[in-house]
Amino acid sequence: MDCGVALAPWQIAYQTYGELNAARSNAVLVCHALTGDQHVANPHPVTGKPGWWETMVGPGRPIDTDRFFVICANVVGGCMGTTGPASLNPATGKPWGIDFPVVTIRDMVRAQAMLVDHLGIDTLFCVAGGSMGGMQVLQWAASYPERVFSAMPIAAAAIHSAQNIAFHEVGRQAVMADPDWRHGRYLEEGVKPAKGLAVARMGAHITYLSEKALHRKFGRRLQDREAPTFSFDADFQVESYLRYQGEAFVERFDANSYLYVTRAMDYFDLAADHGGVLANAFRGTKTRFCVASFTSDWLFPTSGSRAVVHALNAAGASVSFVEIESDKGHDAFLLDEPELFATTGGFLAAAARARGL
Amino acid sequence: MDATTAFPDQLPVRSDHRLVADMVEPGARVLDVGCGDGALLALLMRERGVDGRGIEISREGVSQSVARGLSVIQGDADTDLADYPDDSFDYVILSQTIQATRQPRQVLEHMLRIGRRAIVSFPNFGHWRIRLELGLKGRMPVTEKLPYSWYDTPNIHFCTIRDFVALCDEVGAQMERAVALNASGEPVRVSVPWWVWNLFGENGVFLLRRR
Repeated sequence: MDCGVALAPWQIAYQTYGELNAARSNAVLVCHALTGDQHVANPHPVTGKPGWWETMVGPGRPIDTDRFFVICANVVGGCMGTTGPASLNPATGKPWGIDFPVVTIRDMVRAQAMLVDHLGIDTLFCVAGGSMGGMQVLQWAASYPERVFSAMPIAAAAIHSAQNIAFHEVGRQAVMADPDWRHGRYLEEGVKPAKGLAVARMGAHITYLSEKALHRKFGRRLQDREAPTFSFDADFQVESYLRYQGEAFVERFDANSYLYVTRAMDYFDLAADHGGVLANAFRGTKTRFCVASFTSDWLFPTSGSRAVVHALNAAGASVSFVEIESDKGHDAFLLDEPELFATTGGFLAAAARARGL
Repeated sequence: MDATTAFPDQLPVRSDHRLVADMVEPGARVLDVGCGDGALLALLMRERGVDGRGIEISREGVSQSVARGLSVIQGDADTDLADYPDDSFDYVILSQTIQATRQPRQVLEHMLRIGRRAIVSFPNFGHWRIRLELGLKGRMPVTEKLPYSWYDTPNIHFCTIRDFVALCDEVGAQMERAVALNASGEPVRVSVPWWVWNLFGENGVFLLRRR
């Protein structure tokens, strides 16, 4: 791992959809975002909700499971079956907690590459993902250019901004301020820092939406009442919504995993790994890129995607880019955005022709 | 989508596109600024085997181009050309777009900097039909090829062939080839003087390089 520790043994949990063709040339790796997991296109085993990217992945969708063999794996440091801080530390027989080595985006990608090896796939037809998933896509293209035929980083960036690190730090401090966090050893003590993690999720959730989306969804409307109660109850619908989001999140996510995975994003700076010049990360690449951003996304604004596009241009790479008009904020990449489907679907169809699929 | 339905490129090739394609060396690196739906770029890749890239301001154009398998980024010629390194392309093409830029001179200068050669095609505002509209009717011309009213047109910087020749001179561009196409899309005879071109050419197509 980047931190200098060798993690062994470890395991990776993944889902696949569709059939790998005889030439093993139709595999698409989907990379999940911060709180996502491998259940990209099937009902979630814990929440029962639809897969997190069913708008994009499935039969007849842009990432068409009738044509492509789709792989999605839980990241290292995650909590849905891949080794992470809630896994047992073989040296102590207890959960790792914060003794787990700090994970980077590159570590996540290394683990995925080992999975792809294990599946007997040499070159991926496409690596796709949004947000932190898009960071992994860029890392894949930089680390294993010859193994990535096409790449779709969506609503992502090659660097995590100071503002985004700041938001993450607030979330982590919320977790660590919860007395039930117990310096990361809560699993052994049979408790959960549910309040802290819920607050972290509430704060983060605001950053996934736009002001306009919040206004449209909730405005200043009151929750099940005619007038303010002059108390600190959840008078406003937006408060009630955030509280619900926070509570629902702690049911399916491990608090220490949240610390690790946010940290991985903070450390991401692809240019820094290549002498400070982002274009150096992509020199000589043959990968075809399709970059997309959303107008109202202020967490991963268009400027971050444009910086990637400029670097790819400077490296002479084949790159397409579209900024999609949406008022739904960062979350737009997970939602029903016909322009996203049209562009990515067209890109993949053309790439498939070039790949002889 | 199967491979046969995916190529909407079997339409007849526009005469100005044909002319531009004939100016491009096979296998060249080409940037098409304002590439629209990618028809010209697709033609260049198909027939001249170029390594092509495009910039297009409209989302629809980008999507259509990407679906053709082209590498096109959404962007604005007025602002985004500054980010391209010197001499990064063999040809930079501006096809029927210069009249819609805010800073045509700067755009042309960037093209000459980025590309070893620049190809510019544009509607000639000196064409007799346009002069007739303005001269006799006293109204801003609205024609089949230029269908917008003055108040809603994206074409904010019209010029005539002679105006463009003067601009080339000002920015230090040398004309390697200049062709005027008449209303039927046929080249106006080479031997005729400039003023005839300016009157009968509906489109001007220029191959330029830095002096």
